[in-house]
Amino acid sequence: MEKSIAELRETFKTGGTKSISWRKSQLKALLQLINQNEDSIFKALDQDLGKSPVESYRDEVGVLKKSVTYTLSCLEKWVAPKKAEVPLLFFPAKAEVMPQPLGVVLIFSSWNFPFTLALDPLIGAISAGNTVLLKPSDLAPACMSFLVETIPKYLDNKAVKVLAGGADIGERLLQLKWDKIFFTGSPRVGRLVMAAAAKHLTPVTLELGGKSPAIVDTLSTTPSKAKVTAKRIVGGKWGPCTGQACIAIDYVLVEEKLASTLIELLKKTIKRFYGENIKSLKNISRIVNKHQFQRLVNLLKDPDVADSIVYGGSVDEEKLVIEPTILLDPPLDSEIMSEEIFGPLLPIITLKNVEESIDFINSKSNPLVIYAFTEDETFKKRILSETSSGTVTFNDSMVQVVDKRT
Amino acid sequence: MLMENKAENKAVFDAESAKEVVKELRDSFVTGKTKSHRWRVTQLKAMLKMLDENEPQIVAALRDDLSKPEFESSLYEIQILKNSCRLALKEMNHWMMPEKAKTSLTTFPSSAEIVSEPLGVVLVISAWNYPFLLSLDPVVGAISAGNAIVLKPSEMAPASSSLIAKLVADYLDSSCIKVVEGAVPETSALLEQKWDKILYTGNGRVARIVMAAAAKHLTPVVLELGGKSPVIVDSNINLKVATRRIIAGKWGCNNGQACISPDYIITTKDYATKLVDSFKCELERFYGKDPLESKDLSRIVNSNHFDRLSKLMDEEKVSSKIVHGGQRNEKNLQIAPTIFLDVPVNSLIMKEEIFGPLLPIITVDKVEQSFDLIHSSGGKPLAAYLFTNNKKLKRKFVETVSAGGLVVNDTAVHLAIHSLPFGGVGESGMGSYHGKFSFDAFSHKKAVLYRGFAGDAFLRYPPYTPGKLTLLQALLSGSIVGIIRALLGWFWA
Repeated sequence: MEKSIAELRETFKTGGTKSISWRKSQLKALLQLINQNEDSIFKALDQDLGKSPVESYRDEVGVLKKSVTYTLSCLEKWVAPKKAEVPLLFFPAKAEVMPQPLGVVLIFSSWNFPFTLALDPLIGAISAGNTVLLKPSDLAPACMSFLVETIPKYLDNKAVKVLAGGADIGERLLQLKWDKIFFTGSPRVGRLVMAAAAKHLTPVTLELGGKSPAIVDTLSTTPSKAKVTAKRIVGGKWGPCTGQACIAIDYVLVEEKLASTLIELLKKTIKRFYGENIKSLKNISRIVNKHQFQRLVNLLKDPDVADSIVYGGSVDEEKLVIEPTILLDPPLDSEIMSEEIFGPLLPIITLKNVEESIDFINSKSNPLVIYAFTEDETFKKRILSETSSGTVTFNDSMVQVVDKRT
Repeated sequence: MLMENKAENKAVFDAESAKEVVKELRDSFVTGKTKSHRWRVTQLKAMLKMLDENEPQIVAALRDDLSKPEFESSLYEIQILKNSCRLALKEMNHWMMPEKAKTSLTTFPSSAEIVSEPLGVVLVISAWNYPFLLSLDPVVGAISAGNAIVLKPSEMAPASSSLIAKLVADYLDSSCIKVVEGAVPETSALLEQKWDKILYTGNGRVARIVMAAAAKHLTPVVLELGGKSPVIVDSNINLKVATRRIIAGKWGCNNGQACISPDYIITTKDYATKLVDSFKCELERFYGKDPLESKDLSRIVNSNHFDRLSKLMDEEKVSSKIVHGGQRNEKNLQIAPTIFLDVPVNSLIMKEEIFGPLLPIITVDKVEQSFDLIHSSGGKPLAAYLFTNNKKLKRKFVETVSAGGLVVNDTAVHLAIHSLPFGGVGESGMGSYHGKFSFDAFSHKKAVLYRGFAGDAFLRYPPYTPGKLTLLQALLSGSIVGIIRALLGWFWA
């Protein structure tokens, strides 16, 4: 391990990775890797997570292709120094801000989008001219093996390395000195990463999660808008890796009097998208492993929580499948309402008035995304100014990640 | 009576007290008070008034703490601060506006923007060498971004710390901006709390402690540290101007006790003598024959640092290399501008950040060799300087030297240019501020996407078919033909 890092540092010192032509050649090679291995990628994702090719294309392969293409088209602009204004006092001085690579970068990716979360940061690190060590998650073993075997065939081995392994390898990597660490995962491990980085004053980017709520205020508009709302909620909950996504809708907030309308719409949509029951479930991922499966099953063990199930609830331990499950008003102090769910269970919390959503959301820690289905411009403004989250998306779910410029 | 009050005021500021302070500020923040443009404007105007009405007191405190010449106090602390306030007042409206972001055909129809929101309750820990500037400049940024603030000034500049505490309480909104004075115990108590951002100015050792404490709460940090800022001096330059600028950046900035002071010089063997002679001449012009008598030099801050610097000077193989200066007065904590020629590269004075009035000159055969020397010297510095008229050398310097900020043909002045981010990289720090960068440092840039209900692409949703896969591929690739096909499909959905 130390040898690999020493090699990455040596390579960086030679200055090879700083050249625009090197960066472009690596990005093009990455695009080739993706284009030439789509089937193997689909296979690995199916093996690790039961993802269908459409989901895999939409959330992983397609996203990555777009990211590489976009980066290639903007690279020269991004690398160029930017002029800065100089006050008259300093005439005729000139000033500029110049991007420089940080050096040797460590990327930790997570298991739920094993390709996107490994390669999208890699695209960034390469485009900025760094050398990289990528440590994919061992909880998606087929994807990890694919990356370990395939990346060396396409990219510059002296500058980009992939290391297989579990938490112990991760810990050892964190003892070493990096110029930047990019981490995607849970807040618990995020703290450990930052604490380790502190010893070397290494700056970090931490992509974590939270309970991302969906506020629903569009059920009493037109039937077609209500239908689209339901589709987008279902698509935003069970579409991405059956809810095991940082930006998946965690829970829904809706007015009491509209709850039953919403539940009916959701049930219809779930049946149409995924099947009538757990035996005929399709077009949906499975739970990644036994540990996560057990964690989710435990969330439903609380009798008050179990009582609040209004749809679904069946589980298949052997196949690691939990069917799309809707709960109506589980107790607010239950674990399912205090921890990030990261799975196919959708609590619906009812309020007297939809505006109460704001206080409700503020009573919890800042989520990664707030989804708000509403056409009320005043309400939109209030949500924007009175809540705090990584992102806010109005009237849709998930698509905000496709826009490269936000 | 007075004695009793003093004892009461010295009550211990422990974790409980820190928790209460944070709670009070959080309660204030939640009311939305600090978010209003009006509040931010009144605070910044109050700070301007505070600086205007108390200049003599500020100058006196700086003289007490550092023997800082009035010229330096007025210019480098007060004036720069006032400029920061004025810039924020002028530009804040513009900074606060959401920034439109381009969306792509894939999410058509939609619109997107990036909204700046305050992070919440922030902690500013400042240093002793520019006690007013390094305390209040970050506070200007935090106010302009709409946060509630705790400021912890350095206890190593006690007169400044207590004046800052008094002035902030008198002029600014104490329900949202507080000063906590103290040393290690008080700072530790503050660091145990959950903050939404911490901006720390100081050294690498304490920075690690700050970041480790921040890690427990996933609190983002800006660390403004230091390093050995080198000056490369080429030949064929205007030597007089270069020398004066180096002197101004070194001894004119708190007598070398500044994070961006030139730390050491690299020049060619051939040029070294000329350079040393130029220094001797200009130093005498600036500070007289006996610099210890000059009123224009700060003193060393305290006896710890005086001893530290003496140790650097007295190291065997270094003390013999003095070519100018070397005078000291321990009682008055004074060390004269001292220049060394060709100290060993592995001496203490070349290993740690000097932060004082000692200037080693290292010589190389060719000026291009300077870059290797800088790269081998360990951590990336906060600043690096080059004096040259050679275009190629300038380009090589800018492209290969990694430091927080680079200046060609001057020293230190880049910190006054508010369109440039001021911060370090690697050992010299992370994050930056000044100008709009201060506003950004204390803001969360929230991504916002607005979608409508029209144009719901049926092929996002299950049931997933191979046909859908093809169309989805076209849509994501943004190809016009593919998109037309997809839209046609939409009409038939």
